[in-house]
Amino acid sequence: MNLKTMLGLGAAAAVSAAGWAAMAEDMPPCENCANEMTIVSWGGAYQESQRKAYVEPYKAMNPGVNVIWDESSAEAVAKMRAMAEAGNITWDVVDVVASDAIRLCDEGLAMPIDPDTQLAPAPDGTPASVDFGDLLVTECFIPQIVYSTAVGYRTDMVSEPPTSICAIFDLEKYPGKRALEKRPIGNLEWALYCDGVAKEDIYDVLETEEGQARAFAKLDTIKDHVIWWTAGAETPQLLADGEVVMGSTYNGRLFALIAEQKQPVGMLWDMQVFDLDGWVIPAGLPEDRKNRALHFVRFATDTQRLADQAKYIAYGPARKSSAPLVGKHAELGIDMAPHMPTNPDNAKNTLLYNYEWWADYRDDLDAKFQAWLSQ
Amino acid sequence: MADRAEARDAPVVAPIGNKQASEAKMSDASANGGPVLAADGTPLKVSLRRAERRLRLRAFLLTAPLLGFILLTFIAPIGDMLFRSVENEIVADTLPRTVEALKDWDPASGQAPDEPVFRALYEDLKVAVAEKKHTQVGQRLNYEKSGISSVFRKTGRRIKRMDPDKPLKPQFVNADKDWGDVETWRVIKQFSPRFTDGYFLAALDMQRDAQGVHLRDEKDRIYLTLFWRTISLSAVITGMCLLLGYPVAWLLANLPARTSNLLMILVLLPFWTSLLVRTSAWKVLLQQQGVINDLLVGIGLIDDAHRLALINNQTGTIIAMTHILLPFMILPLYSVMKTVPPSYVRAAKSLGANDWTAFWRVYFPQTIPGIGAGAILCFILAIGYYITPELVGGTSGTFISNRIAYHISVSLNWGLAAALGSLLLILVLALYWAYDKIVGIDNVKLG
Repeated sequence: MNLKTMLGLGAAAAVSAAGWAAMAEDMPPCENCANEMTIVSWGGAYQESQRKAYVEPYKAMNPGVNVIWDESSAEAVAKMRAMAEAGNITWDVVDVVASDAIRLCDEGLAMPIDPDTQLAPAPDGTPASVDFGDLLVTECFIPQIVYSTAVGYRTDMVSEPPTSICAIFDLEKYPGKRALEKRPIGNLEWALYCDGVAKEDIYDVLETEEGQARAFAKLDTIKDHVIWWTAGAETPQLLADGEVVMGSTYNGRLFALIAEQKQPVGMLWDMQVFDLDGWVIPAGLPEDRKNRALHFVRFATDTQRLADQAKYIAYGPARKSSAPLVGKHAELGIDMAPHMPTNPDNAKNTLLYNYEWWADYRDDLDAKFQAWLSQ
Repeated sequence: MADRAEARDAPVVAPIGNKQASEAKMSDASANGGPVLAADGTPLKVSLRRAERRLRLRAFLLTAPLLGFILLTFIAPIGDMLFRSVENEIVADTLPRTVEALKDWDPASGQAPDEPVFRALYEDLKVAVAEKKHTQVGQRLNYEKSGISSVFRKTGRRIKRMDPDKPLKPQFVNADKDWGDVETWRVIKQFSPRFTDGYFLAALDMQRDAQGVHLRDEKDRIYLTLFWRTISLSAVITGMCLLLGYPVAWLLANLPARTSNLLMILVLLPFWTSLLVRTSAWKVLLQQQGVINDLLVGIGLIDDAHRLALINNQTGTIIAMTHILLPFMILPLYSVMKTVPPSYVRAAKSLGANDWTAFWRVYFPQTIPGIGAGAILCFILAIGYYITPELVGGTSGTFISNRIAYHISVSLNWGLAAALGSLLLILVLALYWAYDKIVGIDNVKLG
């Protein structure tokens, strides 16, 4: 999947859009709709940003709709499969990452969406399929944000600020522990890149046995100096405690650490791994609940709503038309654009995460990765 | 000893004796002409049996909700799990014609199958794509060979444009070159039966290919290591719990009530605290810039450059899990120690035993049922734990349950998760059996 189109988003920020920015798309009220809706998300600051940007305005427009939150996105795929098997689907709108959306769509557990009829067009009339562009990675997925896995480092523990991702592998210049995610995705690509593989060849090399061995050999050089994390909150904590000199995590977490908690931490955006997060609607919902879910999703993914979410959290909106509307942080009052992963200054050198490739090789490489970890 | 055994048995023997006596009386009565009748005129035997049946039925009805509950929430899921670990219907259900056509094909020929098989595949996939089933088969087969899921996804998109009037094999190979690869077909053929041992083989780090069943390459083995690590670390954790819990339980049982109640609260308080809170607290304490290391550096025991690695490894798992499981050892020990009369130790001492002999020969043997109960509880809980090892175990301190959780919620390979779970279940049952043989399960006492 190609996310290149995203990279130019910030550049368009100069476009003035004041005229239509504040206006919500004129939405007809929902017909034959359930009055209760269960929304599944990730909890924490992210869910809070969704509540403020999407759900509260939606409830204001549609009084009488009761929203129930469930914080199960991390296990969404497994739970949706179990629900489908039991024939009792209790969720209406589910927030998942793009790779999970592909799995859900492949398994027939999520409902296909036609972007041009079921999603709102951009304010200037551009159809949603063009406005989202390449980010519609599967027919069931409605993208919401672009986030990235980037590296944060302790400014007081490095002699000079790192400018390349390969600082992770440079134990001489940057001694100390580093925190990396306990999964192959991202790490193997970084390892090959820093072993001299050209960026566009990474997946071709990784497809071969020798290429995989090469990536693991590169990771071997730092294996004893890595703390492997599984929860996004771990790296910020490790950085704050000075337990690691640098570590990868979601860019929004690092933003909170730097801008809100004022920790001596800097951002290393080089080779940040882009990923997407968005909504899916479970397949097989009763008519009234399906209508409600579609009605909500149409509202929640329009241009203004996506831009609004960036007021509360440092993730980039998935629509091209939302980028010019990104403003200041709701509480801190700082300009959010420079903290977006898609900002041109931050996105000089990025890794385009290949969903389809990982859908094929994830099981195999994960088993190899785990075996490598336990050796 | 013999006297005591007889005395204990006595009440059990008595009712049997009475029954025999009454039966004897009854047969006496019938010998005297006609059965003994109850008040309502039915023979006493029938009426007695009826009353007993009613009692039994009532007892059964009283336990029925619990029985139903256990069946529904315990036996059924375990049965389902055992079934899933061998179930493999999806291939035969989605690609019935292909499976049939592949019967005559031999992977050893080194050639991809011929046109009839592709024609069958075309028919199968047309139906499967309409039902959106083809990607599910792709996912299933991708567990066995990487890349098959995209072969099915890609072909699914192309199938409508294929022309059934022309030869289909070239069109399939054109859609994805893997259709011309023997390996793709070998995997489909191998996993076409409705039941498979593939998941169990994978769970034991084995695989089946053209050469038959054998262990995977050393660098690809993962589960056997994890099983062994789970057992050995659980044993260490149980041992640590016993070592630390025994004296505490003794204090609880022997101190005056006021002090021991306070101590009991200290034992129970962490027991009632959220597991995540306790685990996170250990992170703060154990990390290299954490409280314990700071303290050790502060008093000069270790120098700043050589701080101890106490977390994100096996040490972390052992420390945090010992703390979490400690109450499960202390409580059974305490309740057993409470029943040991203090006069026994005093008697031993008055007969000339020193402190150690009195403890080891008189006190300790009486606490063995508590040790057994505590050890079984701790060990079985430890073997299935996954949150704590996940958070503090790093790479060398994670358990097999972490992989099971991964396959349930991330990779969705439920068959493999079920096979791993079944092996874990068999392991626990085997250990239980061994315990029964060595120590005797009747010796376990929770209080």
